[in-house]
Order: sequence, then structure tokens, then C-alpha cells
Amino acid sequence: MRRFIEGSHAMAEATKLCRPEVIAAYPITPQTHIVEHLSQFIADGNLNAKSINVESEHSAASCVLGSQAAGSRSFTCTSSQGLILMSEVLFCIAGMRLPVMLICANRAVSAPINIWNDQQDSIAIRDAGLIQIYAENIQEAVDLIIAGHKIGENPKVMLPVMVCVDGFILTHGMEVVDIPSQDKVDNFLPPYNPPYKLDINNPMSFGLLGDPSVYTETRYAIQKTLEDVLQIIPKVGGEFNDIFGRSSVGLIEEYKTSDAETILVAMGSVCGTIKDIVDIQRNKGKKIGLLKIIAYRPFPQAEVKKALSQAKNVGIVDKNISLGSNGALYSEIKSILPEKIKVNGFVAGLGGRDIKPSTVEKIIESTEKEENPCKFVDLNEELLWKEFKTV
Amino acid sequence: MFSILIAKAKSSHKHKTGSWRSTTRPKYLRKECINCGLCKVVCPEGCVEGVEKNKYSANLDYCKGCGLCAYICPKKDIEMVDNAPDKTGSEERGEKDEERGTKR
Repeated sequence: MRRFIEGSHAMAEATKLCRPEVIAAYPITPQTHIVEHLSQFIADGNLNAKSINVESEHSAASCVLGSQAAGSRSFTCTSSQGLILMSEVLFCIAGMRLPVMLICANRAVSAPINIWNDQQDSIAIRDAGLIQIYAENIQEAVDLIIAGHKIGENPKVMLPVMVCVDGFILTHGMEVVDIPSQDKVDNFLPPYNPPYKLDINNPMSFGLLGDPSVYTETRYAIQKTLEDVLQIIPKVGGEFNDIFGRSSVGLIEEYKTSDAETILVAMGSVCGTIKDIVDIQRNKGKKIGLLKIIAYRPFPQAEVKKALSQAKNVGIVDKNISLGSNGALYSEIKSILPEKIKVNGFVAGLGGRDIKPSTVEKIIESTEKEENPCKFVDLNEELLWKEFKTV
Repeated sequence: MFSILIAKAKSSHKHKTGSWRSTTRPKYLRKECINCGLCKVVCPEGCVEGVEKNKYSANLDYCKGCGLCAYICPKKDIEMVDNAPDKTGSEERGEKDEERGTKR
């Protein structure tokens, strides 16, 4: 059913449709509304799940680790500092091969404390072994949550899935969203039936010591599985499309790239803005396109390389910065493209600074004329001093 | 793809970790024992065995030589001795020590 709905509310509805059995989360802006709605569903008797009140995100992640290990579909949700506090446990969840569903409402990381959107938090824990998928709009967030369960819970995958949604832009924005019927979701997503779980009749130990003789193989197994996930995501995307009629689940989306000389690459909500600018510039006769990255982990190297192979200029927009290096997406893509393609990296939209149409125009201009690995866009030089001073 | 990840309960017993032991190991003197069981309770490895007076012993296949059993013993009937492998070590369990269990 199509509804005009707040992003967090829609994501809570999507989660409810997946029939989670345990929910544990700690409130943090801008994630709070998602869990608020889910708690309300439980309190009203509309969702048959156990909600666990916890004292921190570390505990929230630990709870869902345990409940998923016990064979229950489990959900948590966080942002920024909360995600960083969870990070220790997230490595454990991935290492124990437990397909927990996690929504990250992307937010900048302290210090200075900042509650607004960028993607530094999820990028900071990209190496945990999670599947990371980024939504452009609220509808995509809903779709990725539903499909994400099916990807992670595949008995050959068994890895946690993190659906990344830009904080405020997608969590607090309102859109007309198609919330699928329970019948359709049940048809698409079977009940969670893990190949292993904690069971008193068949006792098992999870997360044991792995000494030098076995540790490498556990890492290799996750690496190989994530390579397989590159085939599984499009397959699940096809099944999703068959039932729900939307092609939103995939590795990448190519927007007018086939004949484009200049292609911008980005992930998340900024892709919507960039698509508008692509249309405007194309009306003026410029051959511009956008490559949207949906799956960041596993990273679809072959698909990205193919999509960019005919471009002259590539401009990569990162809402994160690996301090001391470059934007994360830039490093990822620069390493796989041939020398003849000019690749520019841009850091923009940090800590909630808007990426406006004029920002995107500046990025396109710079992509065509220059070659920089890490250019901060819309930098205010007045706030930068050679020596320390107080204000 | 999966690798060693989840094990059947108690299967970790086959990984004998006594080779990590510090420079000392407990020696049960078996003279003053009052069967209080405190040595068994405090052992972080859970490797103290025994239910009868003067019949307690530490399983050197797993003992790390922390000395808590000797410290807690109200009768001072457990002594920490040099960990060097010798014949006195084997009397504790009444059997030959596993080679890996005593090696340092």
C-alpha cells in the first residue's frame, strides 16, 4: 500500500514485515524513531517480538548476537557513536556467522560532536565482515531491509547485513512509499531456519578460541563468502523484482552512463540530487552520468570497472574521509581503473553540510578540468588557521 | 564458505593448553586437606579435580600455574613448585603427564 510516511516509520514497518523475534537497541539521534515505532508495534500487540531494553549499544549488539545464535531473527539499529561502541561486537557477529539485521542511520562521528549526516560511521567499520548496502531514498531503504534478510540468511552466506540510510535525510524525511503487504513479504522471505543454533538438546559452543592454526581459514571463509554474495545480491534482487515489481536491489545502479564522458560515483541519498543535475546538464547537451554504488561490502569491483570503462573523467563523491589517505570510495575505485581514465576524489557533505545542486555542478566542473585525489568541496577557508587561536 | 566456527560442547577439552603454564605449578601436599573444595572453586581453568580429603589434584594438561589454589588453601596444603618437568609432577594425577601438558 502506498503511504505518505516518515522514513523511520517506513523502515520500522519494513522491519515489522520481516517478523523479527528479538529487537535490542539503544536510542541515538537520528536512529531513534525507527526503534520508537517498533517498540510501539510491540506494545500495541501488532508485532510478536521480544524487545530488550539495554544500557548501551555494546549491550544491544551483544543481545542480538545471543538471540540470533539461539535461532531467532534479530534486529538492531544505531548511528555514529553508537555504531563505534558496537564495533567490537559487530566483528564478533560477523565472525560467528550470524545474520543479524542492522540499520545504520548514517551520522558524523565525534569530535566535534555533530548529530548530522555523513557516512563516516559505517565506513569506519567496513572491515568487520558485514554486508553493507546503501539506500538512496526511503523506498529503497524499505526494499533493502526486506531483501537484506534474505541475502544474509542464505544458508551459504550467514553474515550480518547493515542497511545504511542517510540520517535525517532518509530517517526524518517524508516520501510516498509502497509498504508491501505481509502476504507478499511472507512469500518472499521464509522463516529464519539456521543451519546451526544454540540448542540445549544439541549443545554447541560459539566464538571459541581460534589459534594461529585455524584463524586464517576463518577469515578466508568470510572473504570467499562475500565474493559469493556478489552473485547472490543480484539473484535476490531478481526474486524481489518478481514479487514486488521494483528493481531497487542490486550491486550498482547506472544512471545514463552508457554514452557518458563524465561519470560521477556516489552512494546514498546524494544520488538523488546528482540524478537531477545529470538531467539538467544533459538537457544542455553535456554527456554526464551517475554510477550509484548500492553494495559497498562486498565491493562489486568487476561491475564498477565495467560501468566506468568508457568514461573519460570520473568524479567520486565521498561523504567520509579516511584521514591521512583519501575518501573511501575513491581509494576503492582508483585502484581498479586503468591509468587512461582521469579519476577525481571529492569529500563533501561532512557533518550535515548540504550537497546542493551548485556543489554538484562544482564537482562536475572540477572533474572535467582537474585531477585531484582528495578535494574538499565548499571549504570555508576563513575557518582555517596556521596557528592555534581561540574564538 | 565456512571454516572452524562452531564446536560441539566440551570438544575444546582436546586442546591441551597446559603448555602455556607459567614458571610454577601447584603441588598438592595431601597432609592437611580438610576437603573444603576452595582450590576447585577458585581455579580459573576449572582444572582442579577431586571430591575426597587429600585426593585433590590439578590437571596439568590445562593448569596455567596462576597459584590461586595455593593462595586460597586455608591449610596451606598446596605449594607452588618449579614447573620444570620431573617425576614429582606425575604423582599428582597418578599417571604420566601428557608430553604437551608439561612442556614449556
